[in-house]
Amino acid sequence: MLRLHPYHYHRPATLKEALGLLKQHTGDVMAIAGGTDLVPNMKHRLFTPSHLVALKDLAELQGIEERDGELVIGAAESLTSVATHPLVKKHLPALADAAAAIAHPMIRNQGTIGGNICLDTRCTYYNQTHFWRKALGYCLKKDGDVCHVVKGGTKCVAAHSADTPPILMALGASIDIASADRERKLPLESFFVADGIWNKMMAQYELVTRVRVPLPPPGQRAVYVKVRERNAVDFPLLSIGLAVELDETDSLAQRISLVVAALGAKPRVIGGLDKITDGKKLTSDVIEEIAQQAFRQCNPLENIIVELEWRRAMVPVYVRRAFKQLLAQPRAVA
Amino acid sequence: MKLEDFRERQAAAALSEEEIRAAVEREFQVIGRRLRRTDGIAKSTGRAVYTDDITLPGMLHGKILRSPHAHARIMSIDVSRALQLEGVHAVITGSDMPELYGIIPWSRDEYALCVDVVRYIGDGVAAVAAIDEETANAALDLIEVEYEVLPHFLDPKEALTNADTPIHEPKKPGENGNISKRVQLEFGSVDAKMAASDVVVKDDYFFEGTTHTAIEPHCAIGYCDAGGKLTVWSATQVPHYLHRELARVLDLDVAKVRVVQPPIGGAFGGKSEPFDLEFCVAKLAMITGRPVKILYTREEVFYAHRGRHPMFMRYETGADANGRIKAVHARTILDGGAYSSFGLVTTYYSGQLITAPYAMESYRFDSIRVYTNKPCCGPKRGHGSVQPRFAIEVQLDKIAEQLEMDPIELRRRNIIGSGSRTVNEFRITSNGFAECLAEVEKASDWKNKHRRLPYGRGVGVAGSCYISGTNYPIYPNEMPQSAVQLQVDRSGRVAVFSGASEIGQGSDSMLAYIVSEELGVPLDYVRILSADTDLTPVDLGAYSSRVTFMNGNACIDAARKIKTQVQQAVADQWLCKPKHVMLVGGWAFYGLDTETKMPISEAFNLAEAKYGALGATGSYNTPKDIHGEYRGGTIGSSPAYSFTAHVAEVEVDPETGFVEVQKIWIAHDCGRALNPVLVEGQMEGSAYMGFAEAIMEAHVFKETGLHNAPSLLDYKIPTSLDTPEMRSLIVESIDPEGPYGAKEAGEGPLHPSIPAIANAIYDAVGVRMDRMPFAPPAVWKAIRARAERERSGGLTPWKRDDASLAAAGD
Repeated sequence: MLRLHPYHYHRPATLKEALGLLKQHTGDVMAIAGGTDLVPNMKHRLFTPSHLVALKDLAELQGIEERDGELVIGAAESLTSVATHPLVKKHLPALADAAAAIAHPMIRNQGTIGGNICLDTRCTYYNQTHFWRKALGYCLKKDGDVCHVVKGGTKCVAAHSADTPPILMALGASIDIASADRERKLPLESFFVADGIWNKMMAQYELVTRVRVPLPPPGQRAVYVKVRERNAVDFPLLSIGLAVELDETDSLAQRISLVVAALGAKPRVIGGLDKITDGKKLTSDVIEEIAQQAFRQCNPLENIIVELEWRRAMVPVYVRRAFKQLLAQPRAVA
Repeated sequence: MKLEDFRERQAAAALSEEEIRAAVEREFQVIGRRLRRTDGIAKSTGRAVYTDDITLPGMLHGKILRSPHAHARIMSIDVSRALQLEGVHAVITGSDMPELYGIIPWSRDEYALCVDVVRYIGDGVAAVAAIDEETANAALDLIEVEYEVLPHFLDPKEALTNADTPIHEPKKPGENGNISKRVQLEFGSVDAKMAASDVVVKDDYFFEGTTHTAIEPHCAIGYCDAGGKLTVWSATQVPHYLHRELARVLDLDVAKVRVVQPPIGGAFGGKSEPFDLEFCVAKLAMITGRPVKILYTREEVFYAHRGRHPMFMRYETGADANGRIKAVHARTILDGGAYSSFGLVTTYYSGQLITAPYAMESYRFDSIRVYTNKPCCGPKRGHGSVQPRFAIEVQLDKIAEQLEMDPIELRRRNIIGSGSRTVNEFRITSNGFAECLAEVEKASDWKNKHRRLPYGRGVGVAGSCYISGTNYPIYPNEMPQSAVQLQVDRSGRVAVFSGASEIGQGSDSMLAYIVSEELGVPLDYVRILSADTDLTPVDLGAYSSRVTFMNGNACIDAARKIKTQVQQAVADQWLCKPKHVMLVGGWAFYGLDTETKMPISEAFNLAEAKYGALGATGSYNTPKDIHGEYRGGTIGSSPAYSFTAHVAEVEVDPETGFVEVQKIWIAHDCGRALNPVLVEGQMEGSAYMGFAEAIMEAHVFKETGLHNAPSLLDYKIPTSLDTPEMRSLIVESIDPEGPYGAKEAGEGPLHPSIPAIANAIYDAVGVRMDRMPFAPPAVWKAIRARAERERSGGLTPWKRDDASLAAAGD
């Protein structure tokens, strides 16, 4: 079987100790929580840190609670926990759906919400064994200087492939990031950048410690839609996070947040929706305009093995479906 | 425990008087019952010991260095640095085993490790034995290979026309070295019959390559004892052929080689010939004097491949106004990959095996297998005939539509009956295809669904036929194809020594059922020792659906010899006719008066006292007069043929192209179901595998020749959540030559899956999917193309009043 490289495995007892280890070994260290992304990547020699810092059982990273108008989720909470926790299901059912759509039960038991947010970008030329990548001549993202997706490209276009960020962004979530020296808070929308090599505004000695999601205002509805080849296991070919605040009449959209992901290195927040919806009811014509807006703003590349034309054409189809699902939801009772 | 106590307990556990009386009325005691597998508990609780579970004292771990080039000449190999690494015990290269091998003796074209040329990315170049896998991997990095890269071929059509740097040396000067095999055969006057047809359908089909995806990766362990005897444990489905090839390539006396096949975690044809790891563990064990294990990574399994050949098929079928098939003309290009494997047989099968279940007045095929610089294709469940079955069954659907005839009715009109000969002269004995069609038609409520479901939903039908073993072995000889040896203990325990390979299909269980049926011992009194070339008689292997038919017959043959002796010995005691002594459920009893009885162990003891140690051998060989005399006429001929019909029901999302296969009704004529549970398992597993190929599998390559997705995450096979509901309908035609009338069930039921789904998609949304797989982008494009023609008035809207619906997705 594929073997792991040799490394030191640290098992800190506190978050402080963990952050200290990350700082101490910066450049040659990674944090490991569930390991469902990191371990296969290490087997492929995409990461070969000499030190691994285990986040398992760190009390500071656990817990799901309602606090000051937010739902606060510890970064090391498992995806199963996020998918099934009563508070998540009550306040943020779309987030529970997104967590439940990840991989399969065993991966969800092991993988964490923090790990999902920090998931490495993926590409057909990158997520391969060392033998394969060497035979290819490597790529921009790892060990090489050529992009095989965009010939002559100088910017890595590996795809953001995590399921929870699109809906978390649509819901206006932010994250707490800690290092040995400081703690900071960042809107998730500002966390991701369009660089497939490292698409996160985070240093390697930092850790995502908590996810904060505002409790939904009255009239908010949200939905997560995932397109994949199989009904389990697969990463998304396309994913959509959609949150809409409807007025009392349940028809006028006061705020729309639409995030389309899995196409490029960064989840795309579809812009210009205010102009489309401005004071209008959410009729099928308005929804169609939004779908076409999303289509115009999304240009997938061949970072996943699936036909481009189809993948792009699915953007408006699934935006329409997201709205349909969302509008079919029963009105929230205050 | 004293023997007497033991007998009492045994007797108590056996049948009651009432059960014995009831048994007399039954034709079979064990056969036909829904029983557990003999290995079911061990496998489902994780206790079965697979090859990789075996660890021997002092065992080393081997790794194979593989070519990073699709086609290159090896200029030099320097292993000195690898040998110097601490923990490395041996390094070998192609020059250590410079003897060609290949499963078919006429087309040997592989070296255990490449000698001068590498022909695909992943071709083995050198191997290392070291104290652990990490050290072995580190040693591979230290081997320096200098290559001269050659132009490579990925497209068989290109390889056919351009042979400047052929993948293999031409067999004769001036020939194209990229041509692996060509077969052209004609039966009857195709041109005349085609011209005389009332309807002719001609079009192109493409079947994409797919692989087996057995969950257990290939694994082998070699060990050479002090006396120089080599033992290889291997996850193989052909221990006998491996035994022969190991001796030949390593230049050893065959008697000094032993092959043992532990339990297997799936094979499906992917382990039916020797692989580089088996030669390498043997050679490395011989050099180091220590056991050596090699376990493929999943990536290496994809490179070893031997999966379904991609096929380009141009089919032309003519029928008369009544729907009777007058002529079929098939032209096929098989993309063989880098080596021959079973390719000679595949090339024949691609043409020979579509001449039933439908009679055709004339038939011509021209199949050409071409080498390409990709992992080698070979046999996968339904070897060589799944691809042409897709083409012909879709064509029949098109003919039915042109004739405005129900596609089941069209098939019914063409059924070749039992006791017939096909156009290419194969002998058909039992044939339950008419019942298969009737079963799926009824169970699926076909008449109320076909063309009557709303737009987006549809049903499709297809039929097929498959062999129960090939009539001739891979190397010509007159000896039996299969043999079994039985040995009876005084306790009532019966040991079965069988060369057959249990690869999950249930062959060990099948042997236990037969012994239990014939000798009247309880199932757990039967011990099976199979597939160990030192201890078991020869069976040729688990391929071409031959095991139940041939090994089952051999087992019946052996068991009945012992049964005769036991009946005679008991009859001597009871002063009755031997035929009235019945052996059932742990007892021997007098059939005319069931009060007279004795425990089966006593009956065995009487026989042993009379005849000496109780044991027998049995064997099976095929009848020889069941095919045509033309060249190649033996390939595809079988002592019996199974028949299958499927109806698939699908729902197609016209906006996205996603096809949900909701249900498959599978009717299969297996002759007789020796254990219906196992037959149903084979039927469902086959239908699943075909469905997977139809909907998502694609064994494809990037332009450099790199495998597109050599992992189980990216090579898509359906999960349980994607799998349709299946309904298995067993049809029993009771074959005159099969064991108790049984025929195969392991491969035949796969064939109709794919065309039935293609035909159902047509019924749902009016588009013909002539290229596989039917993945969302392809279906979506086809729906859009049809919508365009509907809008322009070229076609009437499919199952709808106006064309606008199909415009969705824009």
